[in-house]
Amino acid sequence: MSSAAAGGVNGCVSSAGARGRAMGEASEPAPRILALWCPDWPVVAAAAAEGVPRYRPAAVVAANRVLACSAVARAQGVRRGLRRREAQARCPELAVLAVDPERDARMFEQVAQAVEELAPGVEVVRPGLIALLAQGPVGYFGSARAVAERLIDHVAGSTGAECQIGIADGLFAATLAAHRGVVVEPGRTAEFLAPLSVAELDREPGVDRAELISLLNRLGLRSLGAFGTLPTADVASRFGSDAVLAHRLARGFDPRPPARRCPAEELVVDAELDPPVTRVDAAAFASRALAERLHALLAGHGLACTRLGIQARTLDGVELTRVWRCAEPLTPAGTVDRVRWQLEAWLTRELIRRSGQIGELAAESGGIGLLRLSGEEVVAAGALQLGLWGDVGVADERAGRALVRVQALLGPEGVYTAVLEGGRDPAERVRLVPWGDERRAPVTDGGHGLDGTAPAGAGQAVPGPAAPRSTGAGPPPEPRPRTRSGARSVARLARQAVPPWPGRLPAPSPTTIPVRPVPVRVLDAAGHPVRVTERSVLSSAPAMVAVNGGRPVRVRGWAGPWPVDQRWWDPVAGWRGSRLQVVLGEVDGFDGFDGFDGDGDGDGGGGWAAGDGRTGAAEPGELALLLLCRDGEWSVAGAYD
Amino acid sequence: MEAVAADARAERLREARNVLGRAARVWGGEQDLSPSVGGERMLPVAAPLRSVLPGGGLRRGGTVAVRSSTALLLALLSEASAEGAWCALVGLPEVGLVAAAEAGLALPRVALVPRPGADLVAVAAALLDGLDLVAVAGVERLRPGDRQRLAARARQRGAVLLPVGRWPGADLEVVAVSGRWQGLVGGGAGRLCYRRVRVRVSGRGAAHRERVASALLPGPGGTVAGVGLPAVSGWHGLERAAGVLAPVAEREAG
Repeated sequence: MSSAAAGGVNGCVSSAGARGRAMGEASEPAPRILALWCPDWPVVAAAAAEGVPRYRPAAVVAANRVLACSAVARAQGVRRGLRRREAQARCPELAVLAVDPERDARMFEQVAQAVEELAPGVEVVRPGLIALLAQGPVGYFGSARAVAERLIDHVAGSTGAECQIGIADGLFAATLAAHRGVVVEPGRTAEFLAPLSVAELDREPGVDRAELISLLNRLGLRSLGAFGTLPTADVASRFGSDAVLAHRLARGFDPRPPARRCPAEELVVDAELDPPVTRVDAAAFASRALAERLHALLAGHGLACTRLGIQARTLDGVELTRVWRCAEPLTPAGTVDRVRWQLEAWLTRELIRRSGQIGELAAESGGIGLLRLSGEEVVAAGALQLGLWGDVGVADERAGRALVRVQALLGPEGVYTAVLEGGRDPAERVRLVPWGDERRAPVTDGGHGLDGTAPAGAGQAVPGPAAPRSTGAGPPPEPRPRTRSGARSVARLARQAVPPWPGRLPAPSPTTIPVRPVPVRVLDAAGHPVRVTERSVLSSAPAMVAVNGGRPVRVRGWAGPWPVDQRWWDPVAGWRGSRLQVVLGEVDGFDGFDGFDGDGDGDGGGGWAAGDGRTGAAEPGELALLLLCRDGEWSVAGAYD
Repeated sequence: MEAVAADARAERLREARNVLGRAARVWGGEQDLSPSVGGERMLPVAAPLRSVLPGGGLRRGGTVAVRSSTALLLALLSEASAEGAWCALVGLPEVGLVAAAEAGLALPRVALVPRPGADLVAVAAALLDGLDLVAVAGVERLRPGDRQRLAARARQRGAVLLPVGRWPGADLEVVAVSGRWQGLVGGGAGRLCYRRVRVRVSGRGAAHRERVASALLPGPGGTVAGVGLPAVSGWHGLERAAGVLAPVAEREAG
């Protein structure tokens, strides 16, 4: 069994191959497909968006590795998979661009529309690759060569994007033909594929067949033809089910025969969007709910979708349609992504069309009122792969479903997660992201601050006069505790990933931060208000603190003031202030700042709670506050409760 | 971007440890002192608080009322969240998330519902269905029937309900009292380093006898720490010279 596959490949090629083909597997001919490929589309889209001229080498970098590079960069030695430093070393004037699938999809919509003007039935496989049934255009224009010429000219004329066209049986062969710009005669696809290397099986972004390919190389099967001559049963027993799909591809067949049952109207979900969607983030929310419904419907039938139809109708009655084809069956996340990209593309186009300029919102911009998703081509759902560590993936999915349900109750702005960013105040260090939106990690590039403008060192605290306190430039740096479990180091890495911010408050940070600033009066022992002089020194030692007009409480200790000078170059957003930590003695319970009244309630020593304190216990403790003095006014920036 | 790769490595390490731990328990039969997340009956809790909670952790399905301290709530959630559990903070619009991250919570797995609106019970029930730890504030307004429903829901789903406030009938009630801040050297020098508190736990059943423990909440660095960890290095001499701290033991490993 396996010896035939591994051992005598060269000897038994013809007989084994004939045996494999005669086994009676489903071998209906794959339809003839025309593939239109825009080389290096991520780079083209990024360069167009950023305004990088074409003669300049450019590369799109993701996770510090080159994802795609332009032809000019390739001529200088930049390749896919290189580290960014290596690429910049090979080509010093390389323009490094960030990866953004939404932008790629949005800009590719123009190419799709241009192709649609000449030939209907356009299916987008991914940004950069379009598939059509070749039969219609070839019959209309006469010959395959004529179709190719017309399409290339038209796309170049209307969008300025270069593309290459290939025609063959089946999407995989058509893509490879488009890479080479050839037209494969009908029925000669297997011959066309035979001399190509097995590394072509790994070109699809969604799949990872690197191990299979290295294994095949080591076995001596370096071409698709050699791989294709193995009998299917041997491939299945030796390599696995994914290799069986690759085997079918290598022979020029459709990897998955479509489910014979024609997709009835039941495999359609639609939603009335009321109010009509005009904003991109509302589109994202609508698309998520609808994609989940579609997947629930498909899962109920035991199917997975390889071709997704997205239809939308605007308020003006314009019907927009797009079909997305995917080589691998779509996961729910993949469906959500594609619907979101498509809606963004349509909304941006609508806005541009109506207003004539990018970025200007017209008075009535229509908006999308009806959204419909349909599974146009479905396959049996055994092909979907869930997470490898079953338990962990299941817990994440269960939590995600619960959060989506709460979002359905409260709206998309009801559930958030937090992303830590840079900053000096505990309040500005946190960005709340609605659940389901991307938690983009802060982009760091050398020592640049996260505003994109502030290099490290700007806004640094003005050093005060030589004082007994050693905090001339802010509180001393935080100590790094050595943690026990490796999992806890994730939090530490999250802190380290952000560049250092001089003047930032070190740990511990306040645990309660008021939503609105809470005014406070700081008095010294004689009852006079305490101020911060221009030399960042307190005018007198604080002795009492009265929060929000309440009863003054005795101060047990204080530290500071630490001056803060934010964005001094910006006359509007810049501000200067000083921070002070105070410890208040004998406070009973702290109930948050919401509805804070501050009047003595008479229970115990505190009077800090609105209503009754959280403890009600007779063991008063100390409460620490972080105060901020701006323009002579003191307010509470946080409480350490 | 190396941090992202390191994040992925840490994630894989955690998952691998979980699987190994479970396999060891099933086949090896050894007593695992630190319960891990994922189908186990107890959720882990930071080491200084283990001695004061019955069972050394948070029992799944239980109700633990936390009063008087947000830092205490974060300390209870931190270990379980770091080990992979999902947490939700409902009705706490003012919680300091930087402090949460310093305490050890994994922010990608913390869901915040700052304004749950009028129907708090529906929101809390939906969250108890899918998440492991749900902290709910504003529970004083709930009727006894609603409280029982939520507690029953938590018990049924194996989630831990942590009401922030008064909750008669809770399995455990955890309070932090008599906090004393350390780190301030007089005259404006120094800064807040850590707070020594006493954590009091009372409740029903096995916990009817009140237990008290001392801890540093927050300890140096933001996480909860046990008493006995030394002071911040670098400040050691200064604070001792100022007489604020009694001389403490040298820094111990970890």
